[in-house]
Amino acid sequence: MVLDFVVPSPQGSSWGLGGTCVNVGCIPKKLMHQAALLGQALQDSRKYGWEYNKQVKHNWETMTEAIQNHISSLNWSYRLKLREKGVAYINAYGEFVEPSKIKATNKKGQETFYTASTFVIATGERPRYLGIQGDKEYCITSDDLFSLPHCPGRTLVVGASYVGLECAGFLAGLGLDVTVMVRSVLLRGFDQEMAEKVGSYLEKEGIKFQRKFTPVLIQQMERGSPGVLRVVAKSTEGPETIEGVYNTVLLAVGRESCTRKIGLEKIGVKINEKSGKIPVNDMEQTNVPHVYAVGDILEGKPELTPVAIQAGKLLARRLFGGSLEKCDYINIPTTVFTPLEYGCCGLSEEKAIEVYKKENLEVYHNLFWPLEWTVTGRDNNTCYAKIICNKFDNERVVGFHLLGPNAGEITQGFAVAMKCGLTKQLLNDTIGIHPTCSEVFTTLEITKSSGLDITQKGC
Amino acid sequence: MAAMAAALRGPVARFRSRTRAWTRGTRGAANAVGAAQLGKKVAVADYVEPSPRGTRWGLGGTCVNVGCIPKKLMHQAALLGGMIKDAHHYGWEVTLPIQHSWKKMAEAVQNHVKSLNWGHRVQLQDRKVKYFNIKASFVNEHTVQGVDKGGKVTLLSADHIVIATGGRPRYPTQIKGAMEYGVTNVALECAGFLTGIGLDTTVMMRSIPLRGFDQQMSSLVTEHMESHGTRFLKGCVPSLIQKLPTGQLQVTWEDHASGKEDTGTFDTVLWAIGRVPETRNLNLEKAGVNVNPENQKIVVDAQEATSVPHIFAIGDVAEGRPELTPTAIKAGKLLAQRLFGKSSALMNYSNVPTTVFTPLEYGCVGLSEEEAVALHGQEHVEVYHAYYKPLEFTVTDRDASQCYIKMVCLREPPQLVLGLHFLGPNAGEVTQGFALGIKCGASYAQVMQTVGIHPTCSEEVVKLHISKRSGLEPTVTGC
Repeated sequence: MVLDFVVPSPQGSSWGLGGTCVNVGCIPKKLMHQAALLGQALQDSRKYGWEYNKQVKHNWETMTEAIQNHISSLNWSYRLKLREKGVAYINAYGEFVEPSKIKATNKKGQETFYTASTFVIATGERPRYLGIQGDKEYCITSDDLFSLPHCPGRTLVVGASYVGLECAGFLAGLGLDVTVMVRSVLLRGFDQEMAEKVGSYLEKEGIKFQRKFTPVLIQQMERGSPGVLRVVAKSTEGPETIEGVYNTVLLAVGRESCTRKIGLEKIGVKINEKSGKIPVNDMEQTNVPHVYAVGDILEGKPELTPVAIQAGKLLARRLFGGSLEKCDYINIPTTVFTPLEYGCCGLSEEKAIEVYKKENLEVYHNLFWPLEWTVTGRDNNTCYAKIICNKFDNERVVGFHLLGPNAGEITQGFAVAMKCGLTKQLLNDTIGIHPTCSEVFTTLEITKSSGLDITQKGC
Repeated sequence: MAAMAAALRGPVARFRSRTRAWTRGTRGAANAVGAAQLGKKVAVADYVEPSPRGTRWGLGGTCVNVGCIPKKLMHQAALLGGMIKDAHHYGWEVTLPIQHSWKKMAEAVQNHVKSLNWGHRVQLQDRKVKYFNIKASFVNEHTVQGVDKGGKVTLLSADHIVIATGGRPRYPTQIKGAMEYGVTNVALECAGFLTGIGLDTTVMMRSIPLRGFDQQMSSLVTEHMESHGTRFLKGCVPSLIQKLPTGQLQVTWEDHASGKEDTGTFDTVLWAIGRVPETRNLNLEKAGVNVNPENQKIVVDAQEATSVPHIFAIGDVAEGRPELTPTAIKAGKLLAQRLFGKSSALMNYSNVPTTVFTPLEYGCVGLSEEEAVALHGQEHVEVYHAYYKPLEFTVTDRDASQCYIKMVCLREPPQLVLGLHFLGPNAGEVTQGFALGIKCGASYAQVMQTVGIHPTCSEEVVKLHISKRSGLEPTVTGC
């Protein structure tokens, strides 16, 4: 049995079966990212000989309708799949009332009770709000953006998590005026050299950054779709305040686990009180033996769809299929789908230095120029590749970082190689596929320690 | 690029150790640059014999001038045409129909090619490699003679000589003109982008597409092209080409299956029936260098040495080597390091990944299914496969019928991966990392343990779980 329920966002947004990824995460995000990339492709195509109307506008409603249609088809296919497998699906909010009993409350408020011998919690997270005046009334989050019925217009994105930067990226790519307000660093937890490069590219694309500020007040100046909002923000370093006027304010300041109101305290499941996350052992088991958890709510695990799916599959096989296989959380690859994508696997440079010490590491890097950028005259010193190797383990690759087009497509195979113990020598021994961006990793020669220049030339 | 590195002998000075790389192509340059970096006196002789139509080009070889580079750029132009149509579905208000200007595209491509020619000249200069634009041939095993465009004769002698003269397209000797005939990856790639930029394109093939590649994948490649507007005339061979008063070409061909003859009218006929190595005019016999009489390629050993110990051959001109730019470049670099850098590292030609840049790209590394079965036997091979739909195709309702992945493994645990075949967008980008996985000895289990990056096409590789043997439906559903 599956209990799934979406509490509407403060703005009233709700959605069907499939969770964050399908409805308000990966899927609509990647499609809007694609819409923005196609805008870029339209510009590029002229240099390649294509001729059509000079001014091409973007229609937000056409795009969101197309995306929502696809999401609906996914919601539907999940319902079908559950049915096919004989899994009962209850659209109700579940809470524990006793160790083996849950209360399910549907939209109408009707309560039903169910018992089971094993439970898996995968309630995920929802966007955090700032706790300032006007935030819930006037701001939207990623919960609302992908089904927004009108174009957001001039937008302030608060937060520089990957959610914030990805949204800012595609909104700018669709032609909107975008500002990003950042309290401290970009892409916290990611390699900071790469994060800064991502940020620089966004700036080059016209996105304005207000760094070291945080909003303190949001006021509605005009109603509308969108309306007009006034934002007052305070510096994190002093008394300075700034004001801005926007059509939309999109909050991307983190996500909160949906663990506090599901009765966990009634059955003794421990959570991290500060973060709300659930600590589990390597079998995804909570401190209560018959209660398991997977996905974004797990403490210390990456908040990624495929990780959750993999963990869930393997858990089922262990519980009912006689398998012993555990989920491997090491070297999990991921990609930030900003206009210029950032793919990575393994350790950031900072983390690698912390774990291995700087003198034990060799970092190989290079700038590269995608062939397709030549004709369009895009900069030849923007895309960047870096690998971090452990000198005392055969130059084993412990960190892989790529800033460039199709970074997700490229990174996947390298993640497999890292799982198999990739070393610098093996990279040297492998022939590149020409002409691609990914081949850059087979010809990395310059190390950071050499101090040599990596600026670009040739074929 | 035919770069010949030669050490100069002349009235100026006597040189103790010299290297001459006679290379045409990026490989030659790589070798020349490599040798020069190790302190050797190096010269390069590069010359482009004009094509029958009079086409010539600058320094850089096939890849830069008339291969990979312009091919990928024109492929990109065609892909962009598809993206403009997609953009419409994503909300961009493009006024259809759209037009394409060949002239504009060709000019943009040639500008980039010229910048690369220049870049190579500068690189050779920076490394103090002497460049001779001469048509060189052997006088004896240590001496090469070249005639430049003006007819001036230059004599170069060296201790070491590297031949990297590459190949040129084959022409059918009994028929004049050009038509897409024969289905190498060159043929399909060209037909693909020509269709993509809006031209009416027909491919005539004598027998199978993409000879040497996995045949199931090759069929899917051509199937995709057919469903997207390229016409195929299978099992046909041209017999006559005539020029009509209109200036167009009339082609007569024989359909081998029916035995019937047919004709068609075309503005252009493009031959892509294979390439011949550039060895005929080198006077190799004067140096004692052996070629394989069947294919005219130069016979080499694992050190890239020919039958003459101080004469080497790399790239497309060498027998038994993949005809790919990066293998030639790497072979050249390693050769320079072995000759002058005290290295003993040999070139590894196994599991070389490649990609066919057809409209739907095909990336592959390792064994084809046929090769795996031939080598290990059907019972010892397990093939995992999946038909998938790229997320970006959903909104545009693009046909994903040929988006397909197959991983060929040994059946016995741990199920070593023998080959990976990926048909889909950005196949080159996807395949590279997996080539590394195979180089690391990846097993099916290790691939499955790797978490996918979502949402991408490449993640479908690490989710492969349906085997051909099971007979189950291999179409991916869900998010």
